[in-house]
This record gives sequence, structure tokens and C-alpha cells, in this order.
Amino acid sequence: MQQIVGQARAAFNSGRCRSLEFRMQQLKALERMVQEKEKEILAAIRADLHKCGPSAYSHEILGVLKELALAMDKLPSWAAPQPVKRDLLTMRDEAYVCPEPLGVVLIIGAWNYPFVLVMQPLIGAIAAGNAVVVKPSEICENTAQLVSDLLPQYLDQELYPVVTGGVPETTELLKQRFDHILYTGNSTVGKIVMAAAAKHLTPVTLELGGKSPCYIDKDCDLDVACRRITWGKYMNCGQTCIAPDYILCDPSIQSKVVENIKVTLQEFYGEDVKSSPDYERIVNKRHFKRILGLLDGQKIAHGGEADEASCFIAPTILIDVSPESKVMEEEIFGPVLPILTVKNVDEAIEFINRREKPLALYVFSNNKKLIKRVISETFSGGVTGNDVIMHFLLSTLPFGGVGNSGIGAYHGKHSFETFSHRRACLIRDLKMEVMHKLRYPPGSQKKVDWAKFFLLKRFNKGQIGLVIFALLGIVAAVVMIKNHQSVLKRKALLIVLAVQRLGWLS
Amino acid sequence: NPYAGLVNHLRAAWLSGKTRPIEYRVAQLEALGRFLDEKKQDILEATASDMGKPSFEAYFTEILLCKNEINGTLNNLSHWMKDEHVDKNLVTQLDSAFIRKDPYGVVLIIAPWNYPIHLFLVPLIGAIAAGNCVVFKPSETTKNTERLVAEMLTCYLDNDCFAVVTAGVQETTRLLENKFDYIFYLCSTSVGKIVMAAAAKHLTPVTLELGGKNPCYVSDTCDVQNVARRVAWGRFFNAGQTCIAPDYVLCSVEMQEKLMPALREAITEFFGSNPQESPDFGRIVGDKQFRRIRALLCSGRVAIGGQADEKERYIAPTVLADVLPSDPAMQEEIFGPILPIVVVANMDEAIDFINARPRPLAIYAFSCDSKVVNQVLERTSSGGFCGNDTLMHVTLTSLPFGGIGNSGLGKYHGKFTFDTFTHHRGCLHRNMGLEALNALRYPPYSQQKLGLLTATFEIKRKGMCTLL
Repeated sequence: MQQIVGQARAAFNSGRCRSLEFRMQQLKALERMVQEKEKEILAAIRADLHKCGPSAYSHEILGVLKELALAMDKLPSWAAPQPVKRDLLTMRDEAYVCPEPLGVVLIIGAWNYPFVLVMQPLIGAIAAGNAVVVKPSEICENTAQLVSDLLPQYLDQELYPVVTGGVPETTELLKQRFDHILYTGNSTVGKIVMAAAAKHLTPVTLELGGKSPCYIDKDCDLDVACRRITWGKYMNCGQTCIAPDYILCDPSIQSKVVENIKVTLQEFYGEDVKSSPDYERIVNKRHFKRILGLLDGQKIAHGGEADEASCFIAPTILIDVSPESKVMEEEIFGPVLPILTVKNVDEAIEFINRREKPLALYVFSNNKKLIKRVISETFSGGVTGNDVIMHFLLSTLPFGGVGNSGIGAYHGKHSFETFSHRRACLIRDLKMEVMHKLRYPPGSQKKVDWAKFFLLKRFNKGQIGLVIFALLGIVAAVVMIKNHQSVLKRKALLIVLAVQRLGWLS
Repeated sequence: NPYAGLVNHLRAAWLSGKTRPIEYRVAQLEALGRFLDEKKQDILEATASDMGKPSFEAYFTEILLCKNEINGTLNNLSHWMKDEHVDKNLVTQLDSAFIRKDPYGVVLIIAPWNYPIHLFLVPLIGAIAAGNCVVFKPSETTKNTERLVAEMLTCYLDNDCFAVVTAGVQETTRLLENKFDYIFYLCSTSVGKIVMAAAAKHLTPVTLELGGKNPCYVSDTCDVQNVARRVAWGRFFNAGQTCIAPDYVLCSVEMQEKLMPALREAITEFFGSNPQESPDFGRIVGDKQFRRIRALLCSGRVAIGGQADEKERYIAPTVLADVLPSDPAMQEEIFGPILPIVVVANMDEAIDFINARPRPLAIYAFSCDSKVVNQVLERTSSGGFCGNDTLMHVTLTSLPFGGIGNSGLGKYHGKFTFDTFTHHRGCLHRNMGLEALNALRYPPYSQQKLGLLTATFEIKRKGMCTLL
């Protein structure tokens, strides 16, 4: 591991990944890879997750192509230095924020969307000019192997190595020094990653999970709401970090919700879900057993069928679920949808706030005020109102968790910023020394008063403030000219100059 | 867990939602402003007795810059708090998409001793502005300031939501066992690692403002007297105890020769012929630090200063010439009034020297030739950069202030402090209608649906745009 990371660091230090042309070239190569190897990628995902072509394409490939197009389009503007507002003391200087690469970045992918969850951060990291070590999830063996085979064929091999392996290899990898680590996975391992990062003071982005609540108000179009929820819950067989984990609703609409979901399930997957090409499987036996265990002692309103040999669990709905039951303790990450009843939105908000902050929060209602209230009185990584999942697909929104559901965010420009250092730059003039004399010792009350005059942001940006400010400056200049003609004439001129340029300030 | 009660109390206040309305935040910030106005004399006295801080310096950094931050925050708070609407794609055109600025909850600020008011107050301003409850721990090293903060500041702030903790190393370790929603730590790299490891146990995000050795490259083409003044000012401010002070100078042997008399002149201009008598030169904060810094004097040769007085914890403004990379002064952050000059052949060697070392909090480059300044900027990496001056980039609050690598994680000042203590929550508020459009995404899947979906979803390169 040391060698791989060392090589990436040496390659980064050579400076070749800093030029925009180089970054664009790598991004274009990635685009070619995704387009040329589409069949292989879809085949690997099917082998790992039993995901059909169109589904895998729309979940994994479409997003990647979109992100690539955005990055290539915007890179020049993202990477350009951004000038900042100056104050009176710095108005003759150049002041800007310069985005710079961090160095060698580590991306650890997850198994549920094995391709996109490695590619999307990779795009941001390359765009920001870093070297990247990629570690796809070992649980999806086919996709991991494919990524490991393909990336070196299209990208610079030293700068973007792929490391495959399980827990021992990842532990070894985490001992190395990185300049940023982006990890997608669960909270337990997230803590381990952050603890390893702490040894090197490495900043981290942790995309974790949690139980994303979904509140359905009595006043809403239940048909539409339930269809959208069904789509988000059962896609990828429930193995989505932002799937609606459980439903909160009034007892009077519980049975209608169940009915609607049943109808929608039939619309989506037909009579026999198991034979639908559009319904996935649980990734492995361990998770299969874990999810099945959550059904113990629960009232199954729909589904519940399972087949260990193929890791199939039917789309399942549980009703009258108790908050203390096992299914409400951990993130389900499977096609099991518990419904808990609450009397009203106050109880729902209270219920949500008693738990760890989730990655996503969903609320369905015709009442805009109610939705606004739920957003304002709860916390979560992100929110979609009147739908599920969709906030993930808008790359202008930062995607990330809060509290137990994660640290940091990415997608679109947020990826670029996550993997960049925003370096503050102030370039001054070696001349104009007279302006600086105010700050040098020996100190004096007069200097203090001038310092207050120049520095203290007392004024609102109102016109009146500026006018008074200007007048004060002119008066001061006149006074100074009168009192100290020769020596301070220069100073006075400077002050008048300063006052004249007030227009720059606001 | 001795602090569990305190943290729980603050968490209860947090859950009540008290800190969220803008009126509340404004009231607390205004109270902080009043604290600075009414207790100005006490602050100047406390910092003077703690570390001989000259009153001009104390006024500038502890009062003036803090008031700037308060006023800047009050002027802009309602704008910063607003939902930030974002560009939408074709599918979300009819929806409301925005970034909500949520506070984190109960946050912890651990401050250092070198600017004992400023360095906890500026993060505190941002944390309050962002709507959090705050536990803040001023440094135990500056005892008088610590007492002032614990006794007086608490009278200005709402004690249900803001608590001061006075604690040494042991107690701080216990404090860190509690779960916080954000931790902001300023001081040393080694303790920074301990803080981050403690934060990892609770998945608490952190900002670490650490330190390092800030190099200062002086090229051969420059106005020597001006350079000397600016470098001397930056180095000897607060008796060198500044995280962004120029730690060492890199220049050619000819420039070292020219700089020496210029530095001597600047020091005399600032502090007179006997700086020990000048009211404008500070003292080292404690005996331990004094002894540490004094030991660094045996590096290179003492060209200016070098005197030390243990009773007063006074170390004269000192310039060391011909310092070698292996000398004691080049092994650690000096954090004292000693300026080593390391001779390099040219700018390239200076840049290689800088890049061979951990990335510092700040890099300084002096030259009349702007190309030289830009070269140093482009070929190095640091938290921040200032060309042709020292320290000044941190007084401009529109610039983010923070480190990289060993010098830190995260940034603050101005709006950046507010953003640091804010969770930027992506929100999409959709329409319940137009369900027909969603049909494209539902199973059963088909190539046809996929084709249509691709057409609506994909961002094409410029020149081949869709309806957007």
C-alpha cells in the first residue's frame, strides 16, 4: 500500500495533474470509458446485484455521464481564482481565493451502487487536480474487478491507482497518509475511517446512513404519494442510503397507504415479483439473514416471502410497528417498509427529533406550510418534499449527512470544493509604506483613533453612512493639511484618495 | 463524566429551539459587542498582566478586530441565514430547490492563549450567528483572561445556551468525551490530532486551526527598508506568539547582508534602543514557553538582540543569521521573537525548501517583481498567502482563514465562520401534480423509457443543449 500511495504522491508532486488541460483530458478519458464499456459495466452490476440493464443504466451510468459533462463544462470557472471584496486597508491590493488541489485523495466506495459511488467522487477529485486512490467495495466483486481493470486502461496509471481487497487491505490503506478521504458506507466503519484520518489530520467526507423517515400527511394525494414512495423504497431492493426507511402517518390512512403501495407494486413488478426482471436481489446471505430477522414478531400487511438461494425478499410492508422493535433500531437497507402511526405532525416531528439525524427526510402534504414546518423543525442531511430520492439527483444541491448520517457533502460543484483547498491570497504593493505606518509601534492614541477610523465596520451600507464617512475623511484631510503642511501633505492626499474610492467598498 | 450535566443542560436548551430565531442571535451578538465596549479596560489589563501584551496590540486584535466581526455579522446575518436557491435541472424546473442553513446543535470551541479573547470570540460569534448553543473553553495558560471570561462574559450571554468551561489538560480530555455536534479547536498540531480522534468517536465534524513554520521569502529585487519593517512587524507582534507570524526568512546571502541593518533600524524605530523598556513590546506567556524559546537561540549566529530576562520572561527582538536547516530554531514552530534567516541561492531553491516541509499556515513572499511573488504562490501550497506583507491577509474577513495538512482543517472569519457552524441542507420541495412526467422513472423498465429519461436528465456539453 505504501508503494502505491507513494507512487501516487510522487506523481502528484510532479505537478502534471495541476493543469486544466490534463484534468480535462482525464475526464474525457473517463467519459470514453463509460461510453465504450457500457455493456461490461452493466453486466458486472447485473452479476453483483441482479440489476437489469435499464435500471442499472439510469441509476449508475446516467448519473456518471451527467457529472462528467458538468465537470468538463464548468471546470474553467470552478478552478479560476475568485476575487473577494476588499476593505479600506486593502483596496489597492489583489485579494482572491485560489482553489488548489489537496494532494492524494482516497475514495472508498460502497456496494449498493458500486459504480456511481466510486465514479462520482472520482470525477470531482480529478477535476480538482488531485491524485486519487480508488478502493471499490469488495462485496461487489465483479464491479470492483471491472473498475480495477478499466481505470488503468483509460487514466494515468500512477495518479489514479485502484486498490482492491477487503477489511485487511482497507485497514492497511488507512494507515497511509492522505490529504482527504471520502468514505461511503455505514457509521461504524465511518468512525474507524475518521479515527485513522485523525492520525494524519486528514479531512474527511463521510457519506453514511440512518433511518430516513417519511411522513405522510392526511391532506395529500395518497395515490401519487404512495407511488413515489414505492419507487424510492423498493428500487435496488431497498438497498439505497436515501430510501424512505419507515413511514409515519395517521392511523386513519394506514390501510389506504398499504392498499396504494400494493397496487403500485403490482403496476411496477407484476403479479409475480420474483420473475420481474426489474426487481433486484439482496447483495449477499449475511444481509439477507439480517433483513429477514427484522420481520420477527411483526404484522406483515404485504409480502414477507423470501428465498435464501437467490437472496430474494419480496417487497414487504409492516403495519402497527412499535418504535421499540428491532426493525426500528437499525437502518433497514432492504425491501421492508414499516408503518408507524402518529396522531399528528407534532408527534411526527417529535418522533423524528428523538432519533439520530438521518441522511434524508421526506414529507408528503398538499399543505405547503406544513412541509415548511417539518423542514424547519427537524434536521437531516437533505430533504425532498412530496417525493423521495430526487434531491440526490439535483447536483446544485450539496449531498451529504449530518450527525450520525455523515460529515461533508459532494455532487457537482460541491465535489470540486470538497476536494480543493481554498487558499486565501493577498498580494500587496511594496510601496505606499506611508499607509502602513499606522500599524507600526510605537503605539499612540492618535494611531488607535486612525485604526478605528479605517477598520471599524460601524457603518451600514446605507448612503447616509457613506456620505458621513466621506465628509469625515475630507474634514480630516483638510485639518491635517492645515496643521502639518509639509510632512503630512502626502498622507492627506492619500486619505482623500481613499475617500474618493469609497465607491469600491460596498 | 463531570461535564455530562452541563452538556445535557445545553442540549435541552438547544432542543427547545431558543437559539434559532434571528432576534435571539442578534441580541446575543449585541451583548458580546457591549462586553467588548464595557470591559475594554479589563481586557487590556488582563492581557497585559498575562503576557505583557502592549495595549495598542491588545486593542487592535482583542477589541477592534472582534468588533469588526460582530458588526460584519450583524450587518449580514439575515442575508446569510436565508435559504439559498439553486439552479434547477429540467426535471425539477417547477420545484423549489434551496440550501437551508441549519445550526449543528451544541458546539465546542477550545481556544489558545496567544490572542486569548480574539481566538475564542471570533469562532463564538459565528457559532452564535449560526444558531448553535456553545460550550467554550478559554485557555488556562492566560489565567487572568480566563477568569475575566468566566466571570464577566457569562453576565452578558444567555447561560442556558452558552457556557464557559475553565479546564486544564485533564479536564479538557474529559470534556472531549461528550458528544458535540461540532468542535472548533485552535492551537497545536499534536493536540489537534487528539481532538480529532475524540471527535471521530461521535462522528463530530471539526475545524482545526493549527500552526507550522511560516516561511518568508525575500527576493533580491525589493525595497529593503520596507520589507524589513513589514517582516519585523509581523515577527515581533505579540512577541512573536502569532500562528501566522513569519517564522523564518529565506533569502540570498547578499540580501541577508542588506536586511540586517534594515531590520536593526526597523526594530529601533518600533521599540527604541532598549526594547525591554518599550511599552509596545510584549512578553512570553509562561516560564515553560520562555525556556523553550530561549533554547532556540543557539542557532546560526545572533546578529541582532539575543538578550533574555527570565524574571520578566523577556526575550529581545532577535535576528539569527546563517541559520542551518538542522539548527534547533528550524525544528519546531518558534512562536517567539526570534527571526532566523536561512540562506538559499535563489527562488527555486527557496521553493524547494518550502515544499520539502509540511504545508504551513501562511507563506510570505517579498519582491518588487510580481512574477516572483506569483511563482512562489503557484509553486507552493499553504493555508493562506500574502505577497509583500505579513499577517494582513487575515484582517480581510472576505478571505477564508485556515490551514492545510498539518496546519489545519477548515476555515473561518467573516461569513466563513457562519458557514463553518452551519449544516448546508439540500432541500427539494416538489409538486404533487404532474405525476405523468414521473412515469418515465417507474418500472417496468424499458429501453424506450430509458431513452426518454436520458434525454430529459442528461446535461449536454455547451452547444448541444436541451430545453435548458
